[in-house]
Amino acid sequence: MNDVRYSAPSTLDEASKAMLAANGTGWILAGGTDLLVQMRSGMRKPGVIVDIKKIDEMMTVQDLGGGSYRIGAAVSGAVLGEHKALKKAWPGVIEAINLIGSKQVQGRASAGGNLCNASPAADSGPALVAAGAILAIHGPNGRREIPVEKLHSGPGRTTLAPGEILVSFTLPARPKGSSDAYLRLIPRTEMDIAVVGVGVNLTISGGKCTAARVGLGAVAPTVLLVEDAGKALVGSSLDDAAIEKAAAACRAACKPINDKRGTIEYRTKIAGVLLKRSTAIAIERAKGN
Amino acid sequence: MSKMHITTTINGEPTEFLCDPSQSLLDVLRDNLGLTGSKEGCGSGDCGACSITLDDRLVCSCLVLAPEAEGKKIETVEGLAQGEHLHPLQKKFVEFAALQCGICTPGFLVASKALLAKNPNPTETEVRFGLAGNLCRCTGYDKIIRAVMEVAAEMRGAAR
Ligand SMILES: Cc1cc2nc3c(=O)[nH]c(=O)nc-3n(C[C@H](O)[C@H](O)[C@H](O)COP(=O)(O)OP(=O)(O)OC[C@H]3O[C@@H](n4cnc5c(N)ncnc54)[C@H](O)[C@@H]3O)c2cc1C
Ligand code: FES
Ligand code: FES
Repeated sequence: MNDVRYSAPSTLDEASKAMLAANGTGWILAGGTDLLVQMRSGMRKPGVIVDIKKIDEMMTVQDLGGGSYRIGAAVSGAVLGEHKALKKAWPGVIEAINLIGSKQVQGRASAGGNLCNASPAADSGPALVAAGAILAIHGPNGRREIPVEKLHSGPGRTTLAPGEILVSFTLPARPKGSSDAYLRLIPRTEMDIAVVGVGVNLTISGGKCTAARVGLGAVAPTVLLVEDAGKALVGSSLDDAAIEKAAAACRAACKPINDKRGTIEYRTKIAGVLLKRSTAIAIERAKGN
Repeated sequence: MSKMHITTTINGEPTEFLCDPSQSLLDVLRDNLGLTGSKEGCGSGDCGACSITLDDRLVCSCLVLAPEAEGKKIETVEGLAQGEHLHPLQKKFVEFAALQCGICTPGFLVASKALLAKNPNPTETEVRFGLAGNLCRCTGYDKIIRAVMEVAAEMRGAAR
């Protein structure tokens, strides 16, 4: 780790240039809770570290009205958890981000880093996929926007081109009667990696579900948008039969691995269980809105 | 290889140091500045023995790069006592025997202080979750949790 250079530019253009110039040896530093662990273990050997926390846009939360928020990719979980209006508008997204690590980790860890590290088990993924978050990406050729489910191309891999930086994610406006929830299963109650994670985002109007999106994590090489689960809920009165159909869609979408945290059979079964539980929470919350 | 010159504030004192760009803040505190209160238990964010606050935010100093300290305000366990006067948390840890080997203690003290600053009236569950990022292999945690609850009660009493 000896000839590393550190820079903390104040603009996206400078950061993007520094990353391009590093020619594959550049690593973005947000909260460092993945990157520094990876450097210590020898898994990453950066030539250049580009700290993005001096760039205003990456560190701010903007209220766009109607429950829509643009959130800088490098804002820490602790800061997001203390944002009362945001937490009320998007409880599922914020509970997912706040599940990342301990208080100490929360003080640094960002949702942008969680997404760009691209672990299939990352907690923010399913909740942001369910939310329909749109990512703003800044690169050498300017800006582009993609839905969050298009960011990952495999475990640890993203679709970001050289020099591209995730700037922010936007949570869309939602009608009255909407809410969301995220649940994960871990072998203990704190400080562990999800065996399965499920995010549900739905809208209820006149006793019927009028919109629903389901995100599923830790059961495939990337976080999944389970369109069939959303379809099973929309148009229903969110009765047991509709929810069982959505759970079946989640089980069918699973392509998990066997590891020390859970077998294929276990993960598949739990995906359905968590869909039911997080849907129940989202329904309760939506009724209050 | 060129060192970086960093200007920061540690426990209220303006401080300057030279560091390697990829050195952790924990290494600088301990090796360059002689502030050996913060401990390295794991170096990977799991144990909390290296806990400090950075601009009033609780963090693991093993997961902060030293150059990130530029212009920031750092508090370490060395800043808890005022001269000869121990902080109420330090006194209560001694009184309740909330430590054995003591390796985890500086981290628990810094994390507990940060917890009480945000939540002066925590439930036991809140204290247990709030300190879940600090590992102790000796005490079994109960005495630590009771010490923190007791200090919270005393500090509320004093504020009344
Ligand atoms: C003790 C501990 C517990 C943890 N527990 C959990 C957990 O429960 N759940 C969970 O999901 N994760 C967990 N993590 C992993 C980690 O904390 C999270 O993934 C965190 O959100 C990473 O964010 P960061 O800001 O620290 O990212 P960094 O480490 O700064 O960056 C992560 C990666 O993304 C890249 N990157 C960061 N920001 C950008 C950007 N804006 N544009 C492009 N690339 C970028 C970096 O180059 C790096 O490769 C834990 C880590 C530790 C140390
Ligand atoms: S040494 Fe930093 S968390 Fe263990
Ligand atoms: S007292 Fe020994 S680790 Fe806590």
